[in-house]
Amino acid sequence: MRTNSRNFYLIPYVLWIALFVVTPLLLVLYYSFFNIEGHLTLENYRKFFTPVYLKMTLSSFWYAFLITLFSLLISYPTAYLLTKTKHKQLWLLLIILPSWINLLLKAYAFLGIFGTYGAANSFLEAVGIGGRQILFTDFSFIFVSVYIFLPFMILPIFNSLDELNPTLLDASNDLGGSSWVTFKRVIFPLTLDGVKAGCQIVFIPALSLFMLTRLIAGNRVITLGTAIEQHFLVTQDWGMGSTIAVFLIIAMVLIMVLTGRRKRGIL
Amino acid sequence: MKKLIQALAAVLIVSFALLYIVSGLNTSQGYTSSNTLTIFNWGDYIDAELVDKFEQETGIKVIYETFDSNEAMMTKIEQGGTAYDIAVPSEYAIEKMKEEDLLLPVNHSKIPNLKYIDQRFIDLPFDPGNAYSIPYFWGTVGILYNTDILGDNKITNWNDLWDPDLKNQILLIDGAREVMGMALNSLNYSLNDKNKGHLIEAKEKLDHLTPNIKAIVGDEIRMLMENDEAGIGVVWSGTAQELMWEKDNLEYVVPEEGSNLWFDNMVIPKTAKNPEAAHQFMNFMLDPENAAQNTEYVGYSTPNKEALNYMDEETISDERFYPDEEMTARLEVYENLGKKMLSYYNELFLEFKMHKK
Repeated sequence: MRTNSRNFYLIPYVLWIALFVVTPLLLVLYYSFFNIEGHLTLENYRKFFTPVYLKMTLSSFWYAFLITLFSLLISYPTAYLLTKTKHKQLWLLLIILPSWINLLLKAYAFLGIFGTYGAANSFLEAVGIGGRQILFTDFSFIFVSVYIFLPFMILPIFNSLDELNPTLLDASNDLGGSSWVTFKRVIFPLTLDGVKAGCQIVFIPALSLFMLTRLIAGNRVITLGTAIEQHFLVTQDWGMGSTIAVFLIIAMVLIMVLTGRRKRGIL
Repeated sequence: MKKLIQALAAVLIVSFALLYIVSGLNTSQGYTSSNTLTIFNWGDYIDAELVDKFEQETGIKVIYETFDSNEAMMTKIEQGGTAYDIAVPSEYAIEKMKEEDLLLPVNHSKIPNLKYIDQRFIDLPFDPGNAYSIPYFWGTVGILYNTDILGDNKITNWNDLWDPDLKNQILLIDGAREVMGMALNSLNYSLNDKNKGHLIEAKEKLDHLTPNIKAIVGDEIRMLMENDEAGIGVVWSGTAQELMWEKDNLEYVVPEEGSNLWFDNMVIPKTAKNPEAAHQFMNFMLDPENAAQNTEYVGYSTPNKEALNYMDEETISDERFYPDEEMTARLEVYENLGKKMLSYYNELFLEFKMHKK
C-alpha cells in the first residue's frame, strides 16, 4: 500500500514531464529530419555545418558569453554588498522588482532611452561628450541583455553568500589570511555553486535571445534564436528550425554537464 | 491520499464552474457561435468605429484579432484552433491558401456593393473572377525620407540609397521579399526573379549597403521615423501616408526603377463558423461611405471607386498613393515563388543580415 500510494503521487509529475518535456523534445527531433518539401532527409544537418549557420552559432556563443561575463562582474559585488546591508530583503526585493515587468515593455522603454533624442544622449551632451548612436549597436544589445538578466544572476549568488558561515571568515582572519586570501581561498570557493547556477540561468537563455536582437540591436546581431523564429514563422521551414533547436539543446546539455558536476563541495 | 483527492476534486469543480460562468457570460452578451464574427486582420488596419457601427447595424458581435505577417496568419489558420470567419491576406498568400484548399468561395450575390470596386482591381491573376477574395486595400513599397535630416539630398530611386553620404541613415523593414525585391529592382531585375545568379548578385549588392543601414526592424519603423531617428525608411505606402499626415518633414517616393504593388483582400477561411456574417461584413466594408472612412483612418489606397467621392481631393490626387497608369506599369505584384525558392530568398536575406559592417 505504501509504495502504491507513493506511485500514485508520482502520476501528476510523470504526466507533466511526459506531456510537456519529453513529447516536445521528441517532436523537435522528429521535425528536424524533414526538409521543406516534407521528405525524410538529413539535409538540414548538412546545412547546419555550412559557414552561415556555423558563423551564427559562433556569434551566439560569443554574445551569450559576453552577457554572462558582464552579468557576473556586476552581480558578484552587488550580491556581496547586499549581504552586508541592514535591510537585505528589502534591497533584494528592489533589485528583483524590474523582473516583474514584461520583457517587451522594458525593451520598448530602452528604445526611447537610447534613441537619438533620448535621455542617454541628452545626458552625454550635457556632460560635454556629445551625442552618438547608442541604439542598434553591440553596446546597447549587451547592456539591455545584462540589465534583463541581472536579477537571475544576483539571486543564486546572494543566497550562497548569505548561507556562508561567518565563523569561517573569522577563522581565516585569525590564521593570518589577508582579506584577498580570505576571498580567494574561502569565500569564492564556497559560493562557486551559486555562481555556476547564475551562469547557467543567464548563459542558456542568452544563447537563444530573439526579440531583443531586433528591437535593440536592429537585427545587426543574429543569434540562433532569431534564425529559429524566422524558420518557424516566415520561411515555414520547420525542419531547419527544429535542427537548429536540436543543436541548441545539445549545447545546453553540454553546458549543464560541464558546470554542474562539482557537487562534492569543499566542506 | 485523501487530501490529494480532495484537492484534485476542488480544482476540477472550480474549473468547471469557471467554464460554466464564462459560457454564461458569453451568451448573456450575445457571443454565441451563430451570432459572432471572428476577424483576423493586420495590426492597425481598420477604423475601430466601423466595427462598432457594424455591430450596431447587424446585431452581430465582432471578435477582432491581429497578425503581423502573412506567414504567421497562414500558420494559425492551418493549425485550426480559432475559427476565423474573415482574414485579410496579401495576393501571394491568397494564391497559396487556394492551393492548399484553405478558403471558401465567396458568393457574389450576397455582396451587391462589389459593383463599386474599380475594374482595375477585379479579376486579377492571383484570384481569377474574384472567386475567393474581395479587395480591401492596395499599395506600394517605397522610400520614406526626412527632409530635415537629408536636406537637399533628393531621393528618387533605389540606387540613391547606396550613396556613401547616407551612412547609418537607413531603416529597412524585416521582410525577405521586400528587401531582396528592392535590391533586384535596383539592378533592373524583376522582384520575382528566380535566377540564382541574379539573386546572388542582388545579395552582394545588399552587402555593400550595410554601412548605410541603421537597423532592420518590424512595425517599430513607424515610431522610429516619427521620432526623427533615421533619415530614410523603406516602408509600405500606408505607413508613409499615416506618418506624413502627422509630420510635415517626411516625403514618400515610389522609386523610378519600379517597386512592389500589393493587394490585401478579404477571404473566408475554410474553418469559418459564420460565413453568412462574413459576407455581410464584406458588403459593409465595401459601402462607399464606410470604405472612405476606413481609408481616411488607415492611410492605404482604397480600391473602391465610389469611395473616392467621399474623400479629400488632395489625398486622391496624390500620385504617390494613387499612381497613374504609367507608374503602375513599372510596379510588379509578388508571385508565389514556391516553398523552395522562398526559402532560398530567406537564406540570402539571413546571410545579408549577418554581414558585418
